[in-house]
Amino acid sequence: MRLPTWLAQHLAAFRAVLVFTALLGLSYPLVMVGVGQLPGLHDRTEGSLVRTADGTVVGSELIGQSFTDAAGNPVPRYFQSRPSAAGDGYDPTATAASNLGPESVEDTLPVPGAVDSEGNPDEGTQSLLTQVCTRSKAAGELDGVDGRRPFCTPDGVGAVLRVFHRDGLTGPVTRAVSVNQACPATPFVGTFGRVPVECAVPGQDYSGGLITPIRGEAPAEPAVPADAVTASGSGLDPHISPAYAAIQLNRVARERRTSPDEVRRLVEEHTDGRGLGFLGEPRVNVLALNLALDRELPAGG
Amino acid sequence: MSTTTAGIILVASLAVVLTAVYKPFGDYLYRVVAGTRHSRVERGIYRLIGVDAKAEQSWGTYARSVLAFSLISLLFLYAFLRLQDRLWLSLGFDAVPDHIAWNTAVSFVTNTNWQAYSGESTMGHLVQMAGLAVQNFVSAAVGIAVAVALVRGFARSRTDQLGNFWVDLVRIALRVLLPIAVLGTIVLMIGGVVQNLSGGTDVTTVAGGTQTITGGPVASQEVIKELGTNGGGFYNANSSHPFENPTTWTNWFELLLILVIPFSLPRVFGRMVGQNRQGYAIVAVMAILAIVSVTLTNVFELTGDGAVPQAVGAAMEGKEARFGVSNSATFAAVTTLTSTGAVNSFHDSFTPLGGMMPLVNMMLGEVAPGGVGAGLYGMLILAVITVFVAGLMVGRTPEYVGKKIGAREIKFASLYFLITPMLVLIGTAAAFATGNNSTALNVGPHGLTEVLYAFTSASNNNGSAFAGITVNTPWWDTALGLCMLLGRFLPIIFVLGLAGALARQRPVPASAGTLPTHRPLFVGMLAGVTVILVALTFLPALALGPLAEGL
Repeated sequence: MRLPTWLAQHLAAFRAVLVFTALLGLSYPLVMVGVGQLPGLHDRTEGSLVRTADGTVVGSELIGQSFTDAAGNPVPRYFQSRPSAAGDGYDPTATAASNLGPESVEDTLPVPGAVDSEGNPDEGTQSLLTQVCTRSKAAGELDGVDGRRPFCTPDGVGAVLRVFHRDGLTGPVTRAVSVNQACPATPFVGTFGRVPVECAVPGQDYSGGLITPIRGEAPAEPAVPADAVTASGSGLDPHISPAYAAIQLNRVARERRTSPDEVRRLVEEHTDGRGLGFLGEPRVNVLALNLALDRELPAGG
Repeated sequence: MSTTTAGIILVASLAVVLTAVYKPFGDYLYRVVAGTRHSRVERGIYRLIGVDAKAEQSWGTYARSVLAFSLISLLFLYAFLRLQDRLWLSLGFDAVPDHIAWNTAVSFVTNTNWQAYSGESTMGHLVQMAGLAVQNFVSAAVGIAVAVALVRGFARSRTDQLGNFWVDLVRIALRVLLPIAVLGTIVLMIGGVVQNLSGGTDVTTVAGGTQTITGGPVASQEVIKELGTNGGGFYNANSSHPFENPTTWTNWFELLLILVIPFSLPRVFGRMVGQNRQGYAIVAVMAILAIVSVTLTNVFELTGDGAVPQAVGAAMEGKEARFGVSNSATFAAVTTLTSTGAVNSFHDSFTPLGGMMPLVNMMLGEVAPGGVGAGLYGMLILAVITVFVAGLMVGRTPEYVGKKIGAREIKFASLYFLITPMLVLIGTAAAFATGNNSTALNVGPHGLTEVLYAFTSASNNNGSAFAGITVNTPWWDTALGLCMLLGRFLPIIFVLGLAGALARQRPVPASAGTLPTHRPLFVGMLAGVTVILVALTFLPALALGPLAEGL
């Protein structure tokens, strides 16, 4: 019996899908899994796991991890990784970036006493700018360097005003609010356009004012490097820049009661230059470095 | 060495390799699609499928075969996703919810690989390798097959035969994609990409926390994801994930995989129409547009405008330390100049104008060099429009590689061009009209850009995202699924229709009045027409989004 053409075509399509599934969807990947078991490839295809001296697996050389205590505070004897947006930080089952934009500068301040539909207290949302400022201030305090940055207030939030003009977008300034500083905070600047700057009342609508980030007095090249205040794309970045390692070095040496030169030597050993001299950026593998520290310069010793 | 110098060397090194392989690899592709001999394995497959490999097809039959294969693929993948909890290696994940399964099935069948789900928390290993990755292969092969059919339309005369879809499909998958995928997988495994069936290893970290080191057949999927310009990541973080793209040189290798087929296909065009210089002209237009775009993206990102990048001192949010700003910018440009959509950094956090570049690249129609196959047929459609515009200017009948561009041909070309802008602009407007834009993470112009980016990416079958926006709601899954489906198959039907119309013609001998289409003049015109058509179509939308934010 001859099938109608349209049916024959769909039957051929169905068979083709099955053939391709068997060939490209099962044989090919499974053979490659087999190839990956060969000596030399096996360690890599299993995830480049790293072990301590006693053989316990403590992670993967390629996957970053948090060096924080249970409360989330940095453990000072370890070099710290970059901020992470993956789950609660460096969670490989929830890889993510923050996805906040370059003009994400205005926080939604938590309204005291307010609760959401599930009864949890209102926590507000932080803009990317405030996150950057907070991290910079914290890193500066941890490592004893200047944590100031352009567009950040001294208390570590985004230095952003909502400026109201008499005629909407033009005319003299009638009112200015520092939107990321909840009352009763003292605004980071006293006056703007001869008007006293107000602190922000959580829950108030300031959308009529123009968003105006204020550069401030901070040095053009902040002491805390860029990678220390930004989350990576994967949330699992295993590396930090040599500059970020450099500001952490004295603190780690102090905590381990050793000389900064000893720590510097290990940092340099774990610094990779650009691949072939031109690929990517120089970087330090944080997990490998911290394991080497524990091995060679143990904190207790 | 400065970041800028290193970034320039990276682009130059890719250009050198692509130039070196253009002829040998292009010739190999030509032999694959033009050859008449079938290997024993292929004959076995034709028997299994039940098709006659010797019979050629008219444009209508070819199109119906493409559609039948894609429809069955879609249904098969949908069922696979819905049933994953009952199959092996599901890692305990539930069946994929219906609207996400529809969106994902459409997404992978259309070579888009838009992802409304997060790989590591939704998809088991079996569905990844036997469901999603299979479509990575065959959707790429479909794209190349359609491009080849169009080229046959130019190359042949007085016939309605455009080749056999099943033969093209099988040959491209088996002779081109699979061998490169096998070699590429080994290269990536050496670089550290994982390839196992582990459900994850729980470890106690150095500081005493816990972490699950994930596993999976990643390398075998990563390579075809780039080679087939698909872009769907095994993990949510895509090629920024250290298990997908562990080192700076795997990043270079993945860029090469993305670009190698699209940049070599013009050679096939040149060989088949019997004038290699026509292939050079097409590849020159692609290269010019690509270099301009990569350069601009790098300039915008390295300048680091915008309040947050200014505060940070560099546009490092959403970027990996090993790649840095420049290699991330280059990857972003390449992934959107092709129809890949893989990302090694998150475009949503780019500077305003740096983030506009991926958007503009997609709006160009992904023709520089474009997706595998889709880039070539997109550029050939633009070439047809260009000779038509040129013909109008000088008052002569337009012709291209010996074929007259008459009313029927230009109708197909115009319809092709109009589809995606319509889907993008209507879709974006519909999102705002129905309030579904409220799922955008960012506010103001950046929120509009997130919506515009989503529809541009879906309608052009790219798959990258301004990922802050939440798109796993039924409305978004349905709307973007429709855009992907229509944005893929309507253009394919028009391309094949054009191929049919061209193949029927008898060739016109070149005369003194023929516009030479291999000279710099035409290369410049084609590049100009490409940019101007896009500017006219999308400038108002861009002005409300990235331009409002960046200027």
